[in-house]
Amino acid sequence: MVLLSKIATNDGHGENSSFFDGWKAYDSDPYHPTKNSHGVIQMGLAENQLCFDLIQEWVENNPKASICTPQGSNGFNDIAIYQDYHGLPEFRNSVARFMEKVRGNKVKFNPDRIVMSGGATGAHETLAFCLADPGEAFLVPTPYYPGYDRDLRWRTGIQLFPVVCESSNEFKITRETLEDAYEKAQEANIKVKGLILNNPSNPLGTVLDKTTLRDAMSFICEKNIHLICDEIYSATVFDEPGFISIAEIAEESSVSKHRDLIHIVYSLSKDLGFPGFRVGIIYSYNDAVVNCARKMSSFGLVSTQTQHLIASMLSDDIFVEKFLDESAKRLTERHRVFTRGLAKVGIKSLGGNAGLFCWMDLKRLLKEPTFEAEMELWHLIIDEVKLNVSPGASFRCSEPGWFRVCFANMDDETMRIALQRIHKFVIQKTGLDQPMTRKQYKRSELEISLSFRRLDEFIMTPRMLSSPHSHMTSPLVRART
Amino acid sequence: MAIEIEKPAVGLSKVAVSDTHGEDSPYFAGWKAYDEDPYDELKNPSGVIQMGLAENQVSFDLLEQYLEKHSEATNWGNRTSGFRDNALFQDYHGLQSFRKAMACFMEQIRGGRAKFNADRFVITAGATAANELLTFILADPGDALLIPTPYYPGFDRDLSWRTGVKIVPVHCDSSNNFEITPQALDAAYNEAESHNIKVKGVLITNPSNPLGATIKRSTLEEILEFVTRKNIHLVSDEIYSGSTFSGEEFVSVAEVLESWDYKESDRVHIVYSLSKDLGLPGFRVGTIYSYNDKVVTTARRMSSFTLISSQTQQLLASMLSDKTFTENYIKTNRERLKKRYQMIIDGLRNSGIECLKGNAGLFCWMNLSPLLEEPTKESELTLWKSMLHEVKLNISPGSSCHCSDPGWFRVCFANMSEQTLKVALTRIHDFMDGRKAMKTSPDFSSY
Repeated sequence: MVLLSKIATNDGHGENSSFFDGWKAYDSDPYHPTKNSHGVIQMGLAENQLCFDLIQEWVENNPKASICTPQGSNGFNDIAIYQDYHGLPEFRNSVARFMEKVRGNKVKFNPDRIVMSGGATGAHETLAFCLADPGEAFLVPTPYYPGYDRDLRWRTGIQLFPVVCESSNEFKITRETLEDAYEKAQEANIKVKGLILNNPSNPLGTVLDKTTLRDAMSFICEKNIHLICDEIYSATVFDEPGFISIAEIAEESSVSKHRDLIHIVYSLSKDLGFPGFRVGIIYSYNDAVVNCARKMSSFGLVSTQTQHLIASMLSDDIFVEKFLDESAKRLTERHRVFTRGLAKVGIKSLGGNAGLFCWMDLKRLLKEPTFEAEMELWHLIIDEVKLNVSPGASFRCSEPGWFRVCFANMDDETMRIALQRIHKFVIQKTGLDQPMTRKQYKRSELEISLSFRRLDEFIMTPRMLSSPHSHMTSPLVRART
Repeated sequence: MAIEIEKPAVGLSKVAVSDTHGEDSPYFAGWKAYDEDPYDELKNPSGVIQMGLAENQVSFDLLEQYLEKHSEATNWGNRTSGFRDNALFQDYHGLQSFRKAMACFMEQIRGGRAKFNADRFVITAGATAANELLTFILADPGDALLIPTPYYPGFDRDLSWRTGVKIVPVHCDSSNNFEITPQALDAAYNEAESHNIKVKGVLITNPSNPLGATIKRSTLEEILEFVTRKNIHLVSDEIYSGSTFSGEEFVSVAEVLESWDYKESDRVHIVYSLSKDLGLPGFRVGTIYSYNDKVVTTARRMSSFTLISSQTQQLLASMLSDKTFTENYIKTNRERLKKRYQMIIDGLRNSGIECLKGNAGLFCWMNLSPLLEEPTKESELTLWKSMLHEVKLNISPGSSCHCSDPGWFRVCFANMSEQTLKVALTRIHDFMDGRKAMKTSPDFSSY
């Protein structure tokens, strides 16, 4: 039998994790409003499906943006032949402008510093290849997106070292926690090459404040390491406090000498809802990194057909403004309805203002404050409540009992049903210590349906009548959760 | 405010500072010269003609015609939720319709002599990514792949840069038309062994770049026997399979495997892309077809770093499942490439230049060794510079392809109009005339 490499045979792909049970359950029994109303509802998928009506409308009104329409086909040959890894200038320009708008035009992005990659997945891996040697490490605050384990480590051979954040201070990243992690890495003889920040945070759904960003900046300057900021959820910030990008810090004069330590990862997968288009971006303030990453981008360029579409869409200022505005409104409403629904049965979630999910506190439902109990509760939620949510352990959370629940990848009706199921489950589980009167139970159900009726008045289009869940199957077959 | 560009406070990785990306090579001077002074029929008729770019521009009218007739079908399947479903589709299996269409297309190219299973395709953003990905899977850092010379210069970067895998050349030369022999394979393998380097596979390009010729069936069988004996892998990059000048001469490794009843197929992997045959390099459409289940599974997981845009998959699924279109495209493309090839061969012959007998690809392998001062790489480089600066043609010197025989050059003919090709041939003719004149005139320097 002919052998494969170590990379091919190790577990670096991350798919042997027990957390795939949720996906398996969903795959074998997916919820459908009419065909399988008792199936598993997918709440483990951070997808943004709230604004496709706006995008669909734009696409229909702008046939030139597609090279497959009579209006756009005369550009076909030039687009199809263009393989320059700099990317179409109009693509880079429009992405730079879009990123500026998302940041309230408080910063400027130079299109010549924009480098393409195969999604944010590709962007992270490319930066790891550029910045660190095998065996070296990046610090990453917990809890963090599980995909980082594969994206940053698998083929690069680098390590991830956790910066442990705790609920006692709402999982904030402090100078102390950073120093602590760095010290521990030193003690373990691990050379740290960089710090990764995910802002807004997945799974927390929160944004970093200026103090934290400045603390992180002074930390990396002092330690002489790189700072990678994953801002993939930047346009999903729907509430106060607003979003502060590392780009704002980068433009401060006190930082100018160390600006070349800063690198931003971006993608259109979350903000626009285009994960299939594989539009990943690296923005670096470091010329050598831009040059190197650009050469590496040959391994993951964005299809020029897609570059052309995106360039057209994002340079339509009126559309972009309307989209960003409406997207924030719809996310706010979704978040409000969901967290209210949770609160009604006493489920708290971390106060979040961004992202496509919330970070739910189910500690009081655990048999004991252990990860085994969390796993047990999780299986209960999948098998009995029939919801695929993501347990905190999969995000390397240091405390058991936290779960990430996605709310932007389904329609209103499905969300209503999901909340109903949660209510029933919590009431049953805590029923012995807090018996609810029949009147109270009925009232909470009524309140849920009333709140949805208000929501329906708000959002009037029929766009949500299509499949409530993405036809995506499990990450056993997929690129990114 | 001016930004001081100081040296970064902290360095980059070893991979980042190495030059394995290949862009510091002297051959980039050719690209530079072209960029600074590009030929244009009207605006710059004395500019540099780009003959170093293996692009297929002879058949794009067929694609445009298809789009004009089928724009709705390709445009998100013409359903209201079509765009949304497509934009959300990030499954690393790739659209089934796309994989099926690729299987169909590849079968047609091989005249139905091989069958492809849609579930064995792994999608990647171009053959560049496919080749790198396979290397990560088949070899560890420090291991080697054997590659027959001359080979596509991009392999130095694609296969080695981030993987840390070495390339050990299998030397082929003009004495037997650069055919790959078992002796050459053995010699390369032994060379690697003598340096304690583990060989993990052989990578062939069939049809060959830069030779512009298909590999004989008997040679493919010998190569398969070799990899079986050594218990190593075989990667067959068949990126030019649809660019053969006739339908019959190309034999894919898939056909040989079929005739072997798929024995030893576990070690065989095929790379394909639409960049050359369909002239769509911008779309980044690459695939790996492996007969090895573990390789398929692992490659699929790795493809997360480099998937094909679902928008592009949708377009191509439509186009390539239209059998009338693909049949006509394959046939017409072949005819046009053959005509171009004939044109350049005749033109070069009229100038006293011979080429390797070719039957595929977007280029020909030109023999200018009689023009060399001495049979050395340095002489070849000097000649190349004259071609670039005097004749104003950017062609690719054999040394950039690791050719062991100096004096051979790859000349592309499908990335320009017929008119431009005629201009290029005239320039070559004049250049050769000039050289002849120099040779026959008395040499006063010896007095």
